[in-house]
Amino acid sequence: MQTFSYARAATLADAITAAAQADTMVIAGGTELLNWMKDGIVLPQRIVDLNALSGLDQIVVDGNGLKLGALARMSDVAEHDAVKRDYPAISQALFKSASAQIRNMASMGGNLMQRTRCPYFRAEVELACNKRRPGSGCSALDGEDRHAAIFGASEHCIATHPSDVAVALAALDALIHVNGPGGSREIPFADFHRLPGDAPNRETQLSHGEIITSIEVPASALSKRSHYLKIRERASYEFALVSAAVGLDLQGGAIREARIALGGVAPKPWRLSAAEQALRGVSLSDTAALRNALDTDFSQAKPGRHNGFKVELARRTVIRALQTAGGVA
Amino acid sequence: MATNSLMPSATTAITLRVNGQTHRLDVDNRGTLLDALRESLTFTGTKKGCDRGECGSCTVHIEGRSALSCLTLAVMTEGKEITTIEGLAPAGALHPVQAAFIEHDGFQCGYCTPGQIMSAVACIREGHAGSDDEIREFMSGNLCRCSAYPQIVSAVRACATVKGI
Repeated sequence: MQTFSYARAATLADAITAAAQADTMVIAGGTELLNWMKDGIVLPQRIVDLNALSGLDQIVVDGNGLKLGALARMSDVAEHDAVKRDYPAISQALFKSASAQIRNMASMGGNLMQRTRCPYFRAEVELACNKRRPGSGCSALDGEDRHAAIFGASEHCIATHPSDVAVALAALDALIHVNGPGGSREIPFADFHRLPGDAPNRETQLSHGEIITSIEVPASALSKRSHYLKIRERASYEFALVSAAVGLDLQGGAIREARIALGGVAPKPWRLSAAEQALRGVSLSDTAALRNALDTDFSQAKPGRHNGFKVELARRTVIRALQTAGGVA
Repeated sequence: MATNSLMPSATTAITLRVNGQTHRLDVDNRGTLLDALRESLTFTGTKKGCDRGECGSCTVHIEGRSALSCLTLAVMTEGKEITTIEGLAPAGALHPVQAAFIEHDGFQCGYCTPGQIMSAVACIREGHAGSDDEIREFMSGNLCRCSAYPQIVSAVRACATVKGI
């Protein structure tokens, strides 16, 4: 790790001024940044500690929705009674993330800034990776791609986004509040993470010096009847092969409105917009009809050499998540 | 901002509160809490396994919550209450969870044990020792290369209802 200066920001304005300096990174939980620094993935000269900023760790649930301060810890959000009751997919996704220790440490804002677990990106001895060193190539394209994306990838990068809770936030149409040298703004969750295109190293819409301050989720029938299903190779402490977050508004046994996002299959949480339309009026117990409603979105799937299984696994994951959320599974 | 933001410095003078005692030391900004505990303060009960947040052998409590000292910069823990395995019970005595690990044969080589016990205490205090499955879920961040998992689960379960853990 190269040496750096350390400063604890006392106010948000101080944090933004400090974060806007060159070669500067902010730290909250540190569970990602420390490993990036240990592996030489990032080489900041200045670290700005956000943890002393007051009011940014709040968890507020009211009639309008859920507001999560960027410094709220994953475990505190997961354990929050009103989150469990009104936004179950968010609590479930958090409980299925990482380990107890990491959930205690990691912040909600930091969770959204996680970077891919692609082994070529994380390699201790640097390998070709366009995220890590733009223009160096993508080792996964000709290498092991079992973990890689089936949606939204490019010829420059096929990495997936690792977060669980981001999948739930995408499904429930969250809004991200940020503040930076140019003032504050709101970013719809669907726009926050970028697809790799020809610049896989640019992963979010944040500009240098901008800091996530809070995440807002609107109150809705969909969030109340939401569910997160994670499929992985170990029962705990493992990233998703495939996951699905769904929200349902039901009329009798039929779907009035649905929201679906997939994890583990794309460079960002992957909304199934066509399926959400096609599912209107479909009976939750009609598994064949649920499956047909997924056809349009899944016709876009482009698996690689070792991850073809993700296509069928993802379809089944969505169906089971919908039926679980609706209480028929 | 702290003055060191104006004058970039590679080290910072901090006060660490470990097991109820106050320690003043100059830490390299890059230094982890794990290294400060082991190398500077000789609390070597906290173990370095993977040093990248995957094995849990470095687990300590920060402000009463389990945390990985290998992914914590020492400089960020200024003034916080840190508890290591050495601080769980008075000198010469065993904490009930330590006694249960012996009683239930919850270790072989013992390298992961301090981290396992720190996680077990947190798991019980937070009310997540209600069933074997729940214990396994909330202890999954602690790996045991000797695979003493069944005995670890029974040690934790035996302490689940003990008062004052």
